[in-house]
Amino acid sequence: MTRTTLDLWVGIFVVAGFAALTVLALKVGNLSTYNTSETYQLQAYFSNIGGLKSQASIKSSGVLIGRVSQISLDSERFEAKVTMLIDKRYQFPKDTFANILTSGLLGEQYIGLMPGGDEKFLKAGDEIKKTQSAMVLEDLIGKFLYSKAEDSN
Amino acid sequence: MIIENLRSIGHRIVNAVWRIGYASRFFMLILLYSGVSFRRFHLIIKEIFSSGVMSLIIILVAGLFVGMVLGLQGYETLKRYGAESALGSLVALSLVRELGPVLAALLFASRAGSAMTAEIGLMKATDQISAMALMAINPIARLVAPRFWAGVISVPLLAALFSVMGVFGGYLVGVVLIGVDQGSFWSQMQSGVDFRYDIVNGMIKSAVFGVVVTVIALFEGYVAPPTAEGVSGATTRTVVQSSLAILFLDFILTAFMFQGE
Repeated sequence: MTRTTLDLWVGIFVVAGFAALTVLALKVGNLSTYNTSETYQLQAYFSNIGGLKSQASIKSSGVLIGRVSQISLDSERFEAKVTMLIDKRYQFPKDTFANILTSGLLGEQYIGLMPGGDEKFLKAGDEIKKTQSAMVLEDLIGKFLYSKAEDSN
Repeated sequence: MIIENLRSIGHRIVNAVWRIGYASRFFMLILLYSGVSFRRFHLIIKEIFSSGVMSLIIILVAGLFVGMVLGLQGYETLKRYGAESALGSLVALSLVRELGPVLAALLFASRAGSAMTAEIGLMKATDQISAMALMAINPIARLVAPRFWAGVISVPLLAALFSVMGVFGGYLVGVVLIGVDQGSFWSQMQSGVDFRYDIVNGMIKSAVFGVVVTVIALFEGYVAPPTAEGVSGATTRTVVQSSLAILFLDFILTAFMFQGE
């Protein structure tokens, strides 16, 4: 085989390989949904984060606006400290409410932001003061049983 | 009798350790002489053709069928939990993380690695390598290093093609034949597969496998006894050892990469 046909075949092979990688990245993977726009950081403290993981989504009115970047236990307050990266395009009032919610009955957990009425906006590095922890199924059942017992008395 | 046996066991162990040392030195020599083969890049291109391009058919067909099987089996299992819509992420994750790199490397080892061993071993048996050395041509720089780099370049590309064909096969069975919802198939796949975590790690895996497979194949060919029997034994050893090395390294790399958060 002459060198040009050889080169052509190898070229086709390499191009096909890189095309496959691109398909993997864009169609199979989530590279197309990666947020390349600028973000700012917010913190929130939760007494229980349930099954929240880093890279979990942050939604407001169901729209994806950011991701959880870090979760750690604050050793002074003994609460979970959740660091969030929010898209710069979206600003939230100071009295925004952060809830840990579950998508579907058994789906993954995410943070929902409910904006309040304050006229000042949260700046980079601020803390969201009003938070609500994750629903833990055991607590829920416990509460239910407790209220049932009260009813029957 | 006992001493004889002990002696043969010891001889085998010493021999195995000697081979590992020689193989490491051989690997360093390949890296040392790689510069020369990169300056004569058409040698690498010729080897990419004979190992990478010629393996395309088997990789594509195997990938398609593996994906189809995954789609069928995954559907059967997920149906029990009413989670058919997760079929896309199941197929894609198992292909991108494990089956793509591992199966592509196994197929490459048996399709191209064995051919490399036989080629180099036969060249040695017919004194072509000594003749080259006599003409002051370094056989490692001229014969071995181009084949090594061809393998290292080809295996990740073949693994990517394998994964894409597998995803397509899973799509064919899951969506076209069985009728899983197309939208949830792709959206679950995209939310389940992370580019940096899954795809890049899979590619790193297959690059490591490419290095290991080609080094084993070339080394076995290079040290094969210059007889018909020696070359056939070396070819068998290439396939056995590189398959075992791939599976063992896959475990090690997986333990490093996916520790489970």
